[in-house]
Amino acid sequence: MGKVKTEKKGLGSMAGGFITTSLNAMMGWGRKYSLFQYPFITACCGMEYMSVACAHYDLDRFGMGWTRFSPRQADMLLVVGTITHKEAPVLKTVYDQMTEPKWVVAFGACAVSGGIYDNYAVVQGIDNIIPVDVYIPGCPPRPETVLDALIKLQKKVQKEGHEWRFSKKK
Amino acid sequence: MAIQQEKVVQDLKERFVEKIKEVSAHFGDDTVVIERDSLLDIIKFLKAEPYDYAMLLDLTCVDYMGQPDRFEMVYHLFSLSNNLRLRIKTRLPEKGPSVDSLTPVWKNANWLEREAYDMFGVRFNGHPYLKRLFMYDGFEGHPLRKDYPLRRRQPIIPMRKENDI
Repeated sequence: MGKVKTEKKGLGSMAGGFITTSLNAMMGWGRKYSLFQYPFITACCGMEYMSVACAHYDLDRFGMGWTRFSPRQADMLLVVGTITHKEAPVLKTVYDQMTEPKWVVAFGACAVSGGIYDNYAVVQGIDNIIPVDVYIPGCPPRPETVLDALIKLQKKVQKEGHEWRFSKKK
Repeated sequence: MAIQQEKVVQDLKERFVEKIKEVSAHFGDDTVVIERDSLLDIIKFLKAEPYDYAMLLDLTCVDYMGQPDRFEMVYHLFSLSNNLRLRIKTRLPEKGPSVDSLTPVWKNANWLEREAYDMFGVRFNGHPYLKRLFMYDGFEGHPLRKDYPLRRRQPIIPMRKENDI
């Protein structure tokens, strides 16, 4: 009796799991190769970003070549450079304007932790203002580091669940 | 013939006897320390012919905390026609540091003086628009003063809590 019960239970959860897992995989695959980016560039890391985005390292190979200059059309916010307290409200507004789903990348030491600027003007890491998915260290980071981080972000996007679509609204 | 640096300093000493406190040279550039009440007169004297210090290269402040005259204003002048540089310094007291504004003489003194006011709290008499240049509205204190707390932050929007991060 006990054995049958467990089998039934197992079958039931497997049947449900099978469908959602496939959908998750498909949605994740679609999303991770069409990450529209919004570069929020404030400092010298911008040069490294340009290097990554242009032909030599070519972000387009990873489906991130589409730069959007409106946060409303973007999926991925790249915060490239130093964020000061004076600028923090702007960054927060840009983040709030982005539609779900959205991901944030802290690009370079300044965006990660404030970098060498431990002073009155600079925010000590953008995670003090907005949630961050991937941190890229380096001052500035090399393009390989950036690509590595973006591939990690793709893995994260791939794993994102879609159960919320089928759960009842509260 | 172009005027020599020595002549400028000599003329200054002759014209403003009491007001010149100290003259020194460093790497070929002269520094003249003056009384603060005669700043505008000396600047106008230097800008006029034949010295022709037509450019104000920079204007800044130094905080010597603990010394009787705490703040020191530093002016860098440049004469295009004579290819000469001159540094003018004057000390300001700790309480109510104020000095005459150079905006009537040079337009670019406007923003430079606003920066000095923003960072050090020096008041410039006769400045047309003495408001902060870099820091935002509501910022308290003057961050480049030595007694501004090193770790003091004044965020405009609330910072997220540790738990959210």
